[in-house]
Amino acid sequence: MSLKRRLHILKRKYRGSKMAPAFNAIHTFLFLPDETTHGGTHIKAADDLKRTMNTVIMAMVPCLIFGMFNAGYQHYLALGDIEAVSAGFLSSEFWTLDNFLVGLIKILPLVVVSYGVGLGIEFLFAIIKKHEVEEGYLVTGMLVPLIVPVDIPLWMLAVAVAFGVVIGKEVFGGTGMNILNPALTIRAFLFFAYPTWMSGDKVWVHGAVERAGTPDAISGETILGSLAQNNEVSYSVMDMFLGFIPGSVGETSALLILIGGLFLIFTKIGSWRIMLSSVLGAIAMGLIFNWVVDAGVIGSGSKFYGLMNTVWWHHLLIGGFAFGTVFMATDPVTASQTNKGKWIYGFLVGFISIMIRVFNPAYPEGVMLAILLMNVFAPTIDHYVVQGNVKKRMKRLKAKTA
Amino acid sequence: MIYVKVNKFYAQKGFCNEVHKNLLIFRETVLLICIFAPIFRQLISIKKNMSNDIRIKKGLDINLKGAAEKTLDTAIVSNTCTIRPEDFHGVIPKLILKVGAKLKAGEPVFYDKSNENVKFVSPVSGEITEIVRGAKRRILAIKIQADKKQTFQDNGKLDVDAATQEEVLGKLLKSGCWPFIKQRPYDVIANPEKAPKAIFVSGYASAPLAADLDFALQGKEAELQAAVTAIGKLTEGTVHISVGKNSNSPLSSVSGATIHKVSGPHPSGNVGTLINKVDPINKGEVVWTVSAQDLVIIGELLLTGKFNAERVVALAGSLVEKPRYFTTKIGSEIATMIYDKGISEEANSRIISGNVLSGKEVRPDGALDYYSNVITVIPEGDDYELFGWTKPVFNKVSTSRALTFSWLNSKKEYNLNTNTNGEHRAFVVTGGYEEVFPLDIYPLQILKACMYKDLDEMEALGMYEVAPEDFALTEFVCVSKQPHQKIIREGLDLMLKEIG
Repeated sequence: MSLKRRLHILKRKYRGSKMAPAFNAIHTFLFLPDETTHGGTHIKAADDLKRTMNTVIMAMVPCLIFGMFNAGYQHYLALGDIEAVSAGFLSSEFWTLDNFLVGLIKILPLVVVSYGVGLGIEFLFAIIKKHEVEEGYLVTGMLVPLIVPVDIPLWMLAVAVAFGVVIGKEVFGGTGMNILNPALTIRAFLFFAYPTWMSGDKVWVHGAVERAGTPDAISGETILGSLAQNNEVSYSVMDMFLGFIPGSVGETSALLILIGGLFLIFTKIGSWRIMLSSVLGAIAMGLIFNWVVDAGVIGSGSKFYGLMNTVWWHHLLIGGFAFGTVFMATDPVTASQTNKGKWIYGFLVGFISIMIRVFNPAYPEGVMLAILLMNVFAPTIDHYVVQGNVKKRMKRLKAKTA
Repeated sequence: MIYVKVNKFYAQKGFCNEVHKNLLIFRETVLLICIFAPIFRQLISIKKNMSNDIRIKKGLDINLKGAAEKTLDTAIVSNTCTIRPEDFHGVIPKLILKVGAKLKAGEPVFYDKSNENVKFVSPVSGEITEIVRGAKRRILAIKIQADKKQTFQDNGKLDVDAATQEEVLGKLLKSGCWPFIKQRPYDVIANPEKAPKAIFVSGYASAPLAADLDFALQGKEAELQAAVTAIGKLTEGTVHISVGKNSNSPLSSVSGATIHKVSGPHPSGNVGTLINKVDPINKGEVVWTVSAQDLVIIGELLLTGKFNAERVVALAGSLVEKPRYFTTKIGSEIATMIYDKGISEEANSRIISGNVLSGKEVRPDGALDYYSNVITVIPEGDDYELFGWTKPVFNKVSTSRALTFSWLNSKKEYNLNTNTNGEHRAFVVTGGYEEVFPLDIYPLQILKACMYKDLDEMEALGMYEVAPEDFALTEFVCVSKQPHQKIIREGLDLMLKEIG
């Protein structure tokens, strides 16, 4: 008897029982179900939610692998064991097994904890509420390890994921109903619950925290961190673009994020409207700050000087802006749902990101808060866009009756 | 050039900072775009208004295997004729005749409980052999054993050119042609007491594997003209007829109507698209719609006095050995057509009365729908597919490019089955519906309004303008596999009940 047949018999057996959602979730990962259409269209397009979510994950895998190498690279570089990269993206200093192993040991557990805890809760809720396990968490579970510092303790991550999934998503009714992006809810929880941990200058390079205060202390500061303190940045623009800089696990390589973004646009899964308008918004804010500095409104003594004086297009490369724009602002559930609304929403995400980045005294990064803020306002934007259509209809009626 | 000018300008003014220049150029560009975009828009809309052409850009042509060849067979005469009251949405049938009654073709069998004048007549002459009832004694089907020699009830001719509005109305109601006239809002049989602001006929079928109306209507010019002239008297406004841009439709030469040439992908041939582009329905207004093939029956009745339920029907679909056209009658058994050079007896098939997007599933012993002019047979998809959710897909249609490759070749014909290609989920993905939905309505928002039954919002978002079939394509592409047509139908029913 073939596997297909056996699973079919098992599916029949579980039908209607409490275990059905859990069994189906696993079964449907092996086989596209044998369900046929009834009552509506007799044929359906090839895409389902699993395929859509899987496409997003595929776009993120290069960032994850790069992040693993980068974790080891930053670690050994800070310790002085290796030389800085010299030959561009394919530098031999970077793509070494040693680098990869450090990343693998540090980052694989993050992925496992993120998926384990998150999917566990999803299964639990599916069984309690008797619905199928929805695929939303597949992307969230992949996003979370990419937006946390490499040295984050696993228990902290587990607590945050549990909080994010339950409060950020399940209380609203599960996938498709949430207001805030769950991955960012998790990140924001970490940020506000463990602020000293998440905003320090030690957590971004593996090994920096445990060595703090000892004679062989190393710096684990990000570019934004140094800029916020008006320090010189020791990384070249090329390093920033290719990603050989400290930062959250997956956010450093603008190049790979760009490739991922282009892939999402090509597959029509990610909204190019949001990505483009967000970049435009960030450029606009960056130019305004540059102008403020040029006009002499802010002197070099000001504590905002370092970040304001950053050349406008550098803002696109450093910090989490690129990652947030491509993978998180475009989350269809929490973004604006109308095409016009997407333009406004994206522009404001970019604009506010850079604004918060410059003015945030505690933690020089604004993408997370900007996206969460715009998540809250997305329904409002949509409301006004849809009202435009409603008004048009009312005007048509008035023109008729008048 | 602008760049150079701007550069010079700022150099003169003494702005030498690079960043500054960039900022200003950025601003200039935005300004220019803001100025020119509305002008271009105006130009385009002027061009559009100059002719009656309607070009649809948003939509999707689903190319399926098994389009009907343009040859016409006469179907075997069906022994029984079945009328299913469920074809007439919202009608509660009140029987006039009982089991055992003999009747002529065109004799009323039942009427609508809510409007006694709306009569439903028998397509054949014969004897009522069975009235099938379901739960609460609801009538499911009325079966009529057909006579070998058909006799027609004589309704008398009508000189359409001289007839008044009342005469036409009375004739159509009395002869049983009224059910062919539907109304919007609500997509139900028209209320004869409320005159429409316009009447719309689509003479272009763009749905997948639809019957080619140019072929099916050929030689029926006289009937079409009579019917169009007659229904033109029922409205103060205009009769709008759409024909394909490159087609040779018998409808394109009828007088007494405005002819629109439509082009573009499906749903360019849907009557709902025509209404939305020509004269959208406002609150309180009513429009009527008639399908082109039913105009023929109406026309013949007016010209000869006979209700001749004969219709050209396409048999199509990938499982059909020789897809072609048949002349048959409304309510005929499906089996009279599908087995002769059609499908094999043991084929695991889905038989659809209507097209693959909004037709009804029928069993092999079922009958042709009252309104359909196509029978589609496609394979059932009740099988599992290993890793079907992630592997590259070459043999299915998709609007995305997520390892689905139907974008590579838009001409390729597909053999799609009835598999849902995934499970039902909450609405997640946005922006996909708008690409296949040409109406000036927000599809996702109106669907959600229907789901949470907010009557005010449904009305504001344009519920009076839509019919379930307008949402067939959004349902087809829906990643969450939501039943859009059902949602809209239930929404319309709710509005009909609450607002009326």
